[in-house]
Amino acid sequence: MPVPEWLRLRRDKDVTTEDASLWDKCPKCSEMLYRKDLAANAFVCTRCGYHFRMHAYDRVNALVDGDFVEIGAEIVPGDPLGWTDRRPYPQKLAADREKSKLSEAVVTGFATLDGFPVALGVMDFNFRGGTMGTVVGERVTNLLEEALRRRLPCIIFTASGGARMEEGMLALMQMAKTTQAVERFMSDGNLFVTVLTDPTTGGVSASFAFEADIVIAEARASIGFAGRRVIEQTIRQKLPDNFQTAEFLLEKGHVDMVVDRHSMRDTLIRVLDYAVDRKRLAPALKAVPEFAGA
Amino acid sequence: MNVIVEREKGLSALESRIAALRERDPGSDEVRQLELKVEQLRWDMFGTLTPWERVNMARHPKRPLASDYLAALDAFDELHGDRHFRDDPALSGGFAKLRGRRVVVLAQMKGRDTKENIRNNFGMVSPEGYRKAKRLMELASRFRLPIVTFVDTSGADPGIASEERAQSEAIATCLVTLSKVEVPVVSAIIGEGGSGGALAIGLADHVIMAENAVYSVASPEGCAAILWGDAARAPEAAERLKLTSADLQSFNIIDEIVPEPIGGAHRDAVNFVASMLDAVDGALRVLEPSAPDALREARYQKYRRIGAWQEDAATRAVSGA
Repeated sequence: MPVPEWLRLRRDKDVTTEDASLWDKCPKCSEMLYRKDLAANAFVCTRCGYHFRMHAYDRVNALVDGDFVEIGAEIVPGDPLGWTDRRPYPQKLAADREKSKLSEAVVTGFATLDGFPVALGVMDFNFRGGTMGTVVGERVTNLLEEALRRRLPCIIFTASGGARMEEGMLALMQMAKTTQAVERFMSDGNLFVTVLTDPTTGGVSASFAFEADIVIAEARASIGFAGRRVIEQTIRQKLPDNFQTAEFLLEKGHVDMVVDRHSMRDTLIRVLDYAVDRKRLAPALKAVPEFAGA
Repeated sequence: MNVIVEREKGLSALESRIAALRERDPGSDEVRQLELKVEQLRWDMFGTLTPWERVNMARHPKRPLASDYLAALDAFDELHGDRHFRDDPALSGGFAKLRGRRVVVLAQMKGRDTKENIRNNFGMVSPEGYRKAKRLMELASRFRLPIVTFVDTSGADPGIASEERAQSEAIATCLVTLSKVEVPVVSAIIGEGGSGGALAIGLADHVIMAENAVYSVASPEGCAAILWGDAARAPEAAERLKLTSADLQSFNIIDEIVPEPIGGAHRDAVNFVASMLDAVDGALRVLEPSAPDALREARYQKYRRIGAWQEDAATRAVSGA
């Protein structure tokens, strides 16, 4: 079974060689944390439990049984509006690619969780603030269509500042595009689970993030429609600290559960176990060529 | 300050002078010459508009509002409430007759004056408004009534209460519902199309836009604040956002443009509203014969196609996908 290049690199790399000298400061409690310790603790502060924003591939790595077969990586952004603000959009994209080591703000593919084959999408805030442009819309739509074809459950981790301004209305329309794909996928009787991570706002929260059968919020994540600053400017007062947090949303009845990152994989496996008939999925697994031998 | 209103002030002195002269001597050469001059001035002032000027046109205080379109229907019987919390006056909906045909309409209701605007929250819809919309969309689908929506909002309400009642979920659910209704959906962007709050009732088989309406991923002010930390640079942001009807037609995001009289729809509101309703009627005529499955498939493909990206052969080789 082929192991993608990036996964091999990540697994084989001794974390200490490159990262040991790196420290990260917890934005919540200001504790200085060894990168190595932080990574070993799923990027959760060992002192206060703050969940650092996670790199998409780290997230995939922490979740899946073994392999991850990426799809949609060939879909990469253009510059449909010829956008320039402080810098031209293509330059911003190049800088984001450099910084995040990603080709766009979502990674999509197939994997297994405790043997359950799933279609998995993971968004990453490090790339253009996780904003949804045409590529995020296309990859998510593509993932849902491929999952529908194979009748696989689909899990998407969201992290997004909303629709991507630099792609204008083409970005906004991805809300409609992804929604239609979700609707088709779910109408066919397939399980759709979203995990809302920090932060999930705007066009992503107002589309596929809140359209799932099961909506899970990662502990302490900030989730909402309007950005905190926008609301504060509108009402001209400061919002309470817990406003738009995962825990606030749970209390208000917006999400099915709030899950700590350490329990995420186990929780997802339990949800799959309740909602999906393993026997039904057996042929689905074989429909992914890379998993055919499993 | 509305740049169009400011510019119109220059014309109004001349216009009132013509009116006075016309009363005294309707056929005089002076009146005719002045009328020609005003017409020329109007073309000079409004013949070509920048995106920012169109934003101001879309927000013009005299622009025809959804209430004017509802009043021009053959009949309208409003249906209220989301059955859970409240009747949101920012979004009106109900049974209607349009050119003799039974439909369900949904409309975002900016107010004409301050009092009405406060009551209607300036046309910014709250979750309960979107939930009412969803309820009426389902009603329409069950009884095979086409859905007609009038979009005019600066955006969905961004307040605390709306967050507490799950604004995101309310908009997302409208989108899901419009994705699955088995009847034709025609949407008319009549003024401001403010981001997700507009799209929530704007996902449609046929989208018509008034020539000077705007439809944008973010408000020009908000966009300028994010990009340059300066909302005053909104005119530049408007330029970049590609929010005009002509731009959006070139991206296939909208399907049809209804031209406005020179100087804007408010110069001849009654006729403009009628021509918009004619356009809606025309679109429904085309869509109505379609079977529900064909309609839904075409709707899926219409949005499926939107989005420009490049295929990167190198990435494909590395990923092995």
